[in-house]
This record gives sequence, C-alpha cells and structure tokens, in this order.
Amino acid sequence: MSALLEVSGVSVSFDGFRAINNLSFAIGPAELRAVIGPNGAGKTTFMDIVTGKTRPDEGSVTFGEVPRSLLKLSEAQIARAGIGRKFQRPTVFEDQTVSENLMLALKAQRSPWRVLFWRETAAHRDRVQALAAQVGLAGHLPRRAGELSHGQKQWLEIAMLLAQEPRLLLVDEPAAGMSFIEREQTTALLVELAKTRAVVVVEHDMEFIRRLNCKVTVLHEGSVLAEGSLDHVTKNPHVIEVYLGR
Amino acid sequence: MTRSFLARNPSVLWFLAVLALFTLTVTLLAEGFGIGLIPTAFVKTLGKTLCLCLVALAMDLVWGYTGILSLGHMAFFAVGGYMVGMWLMYARTEEIVVQALASGPIPATAEEVAQGVASQIFGVVGGSELPPIWSFAHSAWLQLPLVLIVPGVLALVFGWLAFRARVNGVYLSILTQAMTLALALYLFQNDSGLRGNNGLSGLQNLPGLADWPQSTVSILFFLASSLLLALGYLLAGFVTSGKFGSALRGIRDDEQRLRFLGYPVEGYKLFVFTLTAMIAAIAGAFYYPQAGIINPAELAPIASIYLAVWVAIGGRGRLYGAVIGAAFVSLLSSWFTGGMAPSIPLGFYTLHWVDWWTVLLGLSFVLVTLFAPKGIGGLFDRLAHIGTPARHGAALGPTDGALQEKEAQE
Repeated sequence: MSALLEVSGVSVSFDGFRAINNLSFAIGPAELRAVIGPNGAGKTTFMDIVTGKTRPDEGSVTFGEVPRSLLKLSEAQIARAGIGRKFQRPTVFEDQTVSENLMLALKAQRSPWRVLFWRETAAHRDRVQALAAQVGLAGHLPRRAGELSHGQKQWLEIAMLLAQEPRLLLVDEPAAGMSFIEREQTTALLVELAKTRAVVVVEHDMEFIRRLNCKVTVLHEGSVLAEGSLDHVTKNPHVIEVYLGR
Repeated sequence: MTRSFLARNPSVLWFLAVLALFTLTVTLLAEGFGIGLIPTAFVKTLGKTLCLCLVALAMDLVWGYTGILSLGHMAFFAVGGYMVGMWLMYARTEEIVVQALASGPIPATAEEVAQGVASQIFGVVGGSELPPIWSFAHSAWLQLPLVLIVPGVLALVFGWLAFRARVNGVYLSILTQAMTLALALYLFQNDSGLRGNNGLSGLQNLPGLADWPQSTVSILFFLASSLLLALGYLLAGFVTSGKFGSALRGIRDDEQRLRFLGYPVEGYKLFVFTLTAMIAAIAGAFYYPQAGIINPAELAPIASIYLAVWVAIGGRGRLYGAVIGAAFVSLLSSWFTGGMAPSIPLGFYTLHWVDWWTVLLGLSFVLVTLFAPKGIGGLFDRLAHIGTPARHGAALGPTDGALQEKEAQE
C-alpha cells in the first residue's frame, strides 16, 4: 500500500533544542493512527511540520498519490491540498453562528475575489445541515458557536474539518474535556471517518486509544520509539520505561 | 430563493433612509436651493462630516471587521485630497493667468500660460518650474484617476510588505503610524514638489464655475458627499455580508484557524487594506475641496488616532456605529473647539473648552472602552435585542483541562 503522507528523516531544532530528531512516519490513504508520547516528545511539533506552521531543518514531507513536497507550501496551500487540522483547544469562530462556521469551512474556492462573489445556494445549505447532523448539532445551526458546550465546540470543529473534505485529518487530543458519553461518540466518529480517509489522533488518554483499536506510534524525544498495536507497544520495555512506567 | 441583499441586511436600508431624510432636510434649509436657514459655512461643515463618516466606515472595515488596527488611514485620506487638490489648484491658477495675460498686446502661447501657472503656484516656495509630479495636473482626465491609483498602490506595497512578513497587532499599528509620519515629513519639505508646509489652497473654487456662489457649490458638494457615503455604505455592507464578511471576522478572531481552513489570510488583509485606503482617498478627495486648503499637518499621526477613537466610540464591528461615532464626535469637536461652547468659571480657574476638549474626548474614550465596549452603536443592538453569547470559550489548556473534564462528567 502506498503511503498518503510520508515524513522521512525530519529534524527541527528550536534554539539548539532538538524538538524533532530524524523522525520518519507514513500513513496510508484510509487508516486510523494514534500518536502517543510523553510531554515534549514532539507530537505538536510533528503536526506543525506537516501543516506548514514550522519548517524542518532537514528531511522531506510528501503528500498525495503522486508524492508532492509540502515543504514549500504555505499553511493555507497545505490545507487546500487536503490536510485538515484540529487543535487541542476547540477553535471555532465564537462570534458567528454554527451555520456560518460551517459555510466558511465548506470546500470551495478560497481566493478573495471568488469568496466576495460567492452566493449561498440550497445545495450549500443541505450540505451544512448534513454535516451538522453528522456531529449531532443539527438543531443548533442558528446558535452562536460561543454558546455551545465544550464538547459541542469540539464537534463543530470536527464538522468544519469534514466540510473541507480533507484526505488527511490531524486531530490533537479530541477527547480532552469531554464527558464519558461524548468520548464514546467521538471514538465512533473517528473510526467511521478513518474508513474513507487517513486520520492521525494525538492523545494522552490510553483508555481512549484502546477504544480506537488502531495502530499506535510512540514518540519519544522527537523520534519514533515503537510502532504497532497497542498491546505490542505497551509490552515494549523502552516504552514502559519512558512513558508508561514513569 | 435567496433573498435580496437589502432584505438580508435591513440595517443598510434603515441607514439609507435616515441619510436621505437628513440630506433632503439640509438641502431645503440651506441657502443654495432652499430657504437659507442654514448658513453656508455650516453646510460645508456637514458636508465635511459626511466625508469623515465615509473614512470612518473604511476604518471600521479594516479595524472593526478585520481586526487590523491601522493608524495610518488618514494618510490615504490626505493623499486623496492632495491628488484632487493639484488639479483644482492648477485649473484655478490657469484661469487667473489666462485672464491676466489676455490684456497683453499679443495672445499668450500655451507655454507662457504654463510658465505663468508654475511661477504662480511655486513662487511661494521660491520655484518657477513645475515639478514632474505635477505633469498630469493640467488635465482632469489624467489627474483624477490618481486619487484612487496613488493611495491604492501605496497601500498595496505597504500592505504586501507588512502582511507577508506577518506583522500583526500593535507592531502593525506602529508601522502604519511610521508610514503616515514619514509621508507628512516628506510633504513638509519644500522640494517635495507639493509646496511644503504651505500646502495647496484655494480648493473651494471649481474650475469653470467661478461665477457660481459658494452657497450653491457647498450644497452640491454636500449632496455629492451624501451620495458617496450612501454608495460607500452599500459597498461596505456588501463586503461584510455573506461569506467574505464571515472570513473577515474570522481573521479578526482567529486568523490561524482560518489559515488552516485553507484561506490565504494575507491576501484577504491586503485586499481589505487596499480597498479601505481607496475609500479613504475618495472621502479625502471630497473633503478637501470643502475645506478649501490642505497641508502636510493633515497627515499628522494624531489624525489617524482620532479616526480610531471615532470608530471606537461609535462602536466598531458595526457599520452604522462607525458613521455615528464619526458624525457625533467630529461635530461635537467642532462645537467645542469653535469657541461656541460656554466656558465654565470655577472661581479659581476658568475652564475653556478649546483647551479641555481633548481631555474630555480622552476621558470618554476610556469610559466607552471600559463600560460600553460596543460604543454608541451597541445601544441599537440592545434595542433590537441582538445578544452576544455571555459565555466565551474558556481556555481549556493542559492544566485546567482536568478540572473541566470532571465538571463535564458531573
């Protein structure tokens, strides 16, 4: 199986500190992957590199069937190429309604002129309705996003990512601050999504990862320490030493 | 299926109705075509105020909606004024020179006229040559497009450099202040070709209309300013509604999120910055003929800060707020500083408003910021029961996440 995203030999330092050290990572076009690691292992920096926020000092990052380097692209270009990112804190536009948030995220032309003359159609409204229904926000479309509960904001953000129709989703701690039932629903949603696209979940919570039931990559000090099923990596003595047995 | 633009934005219709009523009332009461209850000088003040409302609208677009606190938009306003002023002054001087030379024994050649105009305009700074930047001033068709082109290109270049380097927040504000200060200092020089600190004068005389009384000219300018404000309001309403407006507010609230949604944020900022610079320039081009004179002091950094204060007091993020703020504060300001407000004798000290007005303005700015962050426009929202969520997203960082998590489970 050819990889959708391939990160190879990437290193990056901040003021002499090697946040990422010769990291290599690959994920297929329809795969769910969990990335775990202790604080400072480089999980967020890894996402920053893939989404173009941070430029690596060396190494390559390629994306797509016909591998295309992401290193020269801006954040917006990478997003348009099909990589969606969910932040750790729910970041939605709180001053705008749920419907406006989703309209903004719908896959469409992004240049200022095109957006200025863009007109809402019934098809757009149906799509927004469907997306809201998918994450359980169907009845909340006219509400301002700032009024939603924490879990609902997380879902709205996920729905906004889906609206972009990305081929790779990077999800940073989706379960943080969610209630038990919300976690269950989030797990089901992520598993469902990974059937048609690649999903990378960064998470601390082992119980959550167990329910995702997928391949796990353990990061430590900026490089991959172990990779495999959760049972496999939890038996790895290095992993136990640096992460689980702390 | 989709409702019309005006139906979706009832406040635009309301604004246009109020503006039309105001314009009609003033026209009927003024000297030009009406019963002459309003003196010409006050008609000019009102016309100028409408132009200030238009530039406040531009400021609201760039600051209130997009979150770019530009403290340099009055520079574009003044540059627009200079561009139109060059043509007005040239044409007016040409008329005078032609008249003066007509009494000579042989008709004057075009060269002699041009020579005469140059020495008339530049005699005051000790020159008799027309500088190259005046090469279009003899023709309205060549000079007037520069009202849009010069500020537009200036904003485009400045914005491109600043936004591409991702200069944000207070650093951008300082840069824009530096830009307007640099422009003012440049124009203060006699050899900048725009008559140094003398500026351009006699702009109230329209070429070819010398025998029209100022009462008629003033009301025509008032009507034109009113029409311009209406068009500007419609344009601003169009830009801020729909998905484009949504994207602008997205840039203001969280530009990183918008970037990860695939929007080229820098392109949007540049678009809005340049568009508003051009709106400001048009407002300036109609303001200065009513003021009659323009000089480099108009580009002083404080002018742009006043602009921000108007918009803040009026209520940023609402178009009508910006207009109300500019009209209210600038009219009040001309009342206080025009010596019309009665002084207050305190026994040991007499409070002269000419000196104390800026203190009052500063104080009300602080009070509005503290107690009515939505400004005067916010009162309308309260009347219309447009609420904002009381609950804003609590930061759910790694530290306080645990607590909120527990709360969520309870």
